[in-house]
Amino acid sequence: MLILRCPYCGVMADETELVPGGEAHLKRSGPGSSDDDFEGYLFHRENPKGVHFERWRHSAGCGKWFHAARCTVTLEVFGTYPAQVTEPPQEIREAISSKRPGWSWREYE
Amino acid sequence: MSEPVSALAGARFDGFAKVEALPPRGMVTVRGDFESAALQAAVRSAVGIDVPETGRVLFGVGTAIAWLSPDELMVFCAYDAVPEIVVGLQNALADTHALVVDVSDARALFRVSGLDVREVLAKLTPADVSPNALGPGVLRRTRLAQVPAGIWMTGESAFEVMCFRSVAQYVFDILKGAAIPGSEVGYF
Repeated sequence: MLILRCPYCGVMADETELVPGGEAHLKRSGPGSSDDDFEGYLFHRENPKGVHFERWRHSAGCGKWFHAARCTVTLEVFGTYPAQVTEPPQEIREAISSKRPGWSWREYE
Repeated sequence: MSEPVSALAGARFDGFAKVEALPPRGMVTVRGDFESAALQAAVRSAVGIDVPETGRVLFGVGTAIAWLSPDELMVFCAYDAVPEIVVGLQNALADTHALVVDVSDARALFRVSGLDVREVLAKLTPADVSPNALGPGVLRRTRLAQVPAGIWMTGESAFEVMCFRSVAQYVFDILKGAAIPGSEVGYF
């Protein structure tokens, strides 16, 4: 069972209080983009064994979207952070680096 | 003017904890920027209580304000007092990006009381309902079995539960089931 700290409420929210929102930090390719970019935006997703970034919604609580960084192998949670960002914040990256040296995920490391 | 009717008027159950459906109560939702001085002043003058901190509920005389999310407050008051509070807030927030709506009839309220009341809640929610986590002044939004709900303490071994009106019967039934005599766990 995954337990994530909601960065807005500050409470430890059980997985069943949350709704998963898929991969985090997608970059939208909209009108005017190439077919390849649009296809990638719609369909291509990471499927990592290890560090992963996801979106979650505290649906039974404050109702807000937030991001979580976790390990898909051990379910270890490296941290959660608000959704008003376009890339993982520095402190989250440092927290991951201290536990998974040499990690990378998409263009981030 | 028609009479206000709560979802389950007068329903109650006496198990190892007591479950009661509460009569209609005024509820006003306020959305806006909590940092703005205009919103803070409006809430203070119309309700007489300050904007609560994250996850908290503050009680006044016959009123209360609960923090529901980073931009949403719930004002509790007497059912009759709603028009005055709504108008007061709307006038004070006329020039601010904010929303004030009377939602008194949108939700159902329950009171669960008794020495083992935390056990009733713990059977239904994944939230930490220990005295350390859910003490006086804390409002926890979580789920009860399959539906969202809000829980807060209103006194020594008494909690109030708020849920959407459409699931009032469901919430009453699961609270009743969790409070059936003989099903005490003895954890808290």
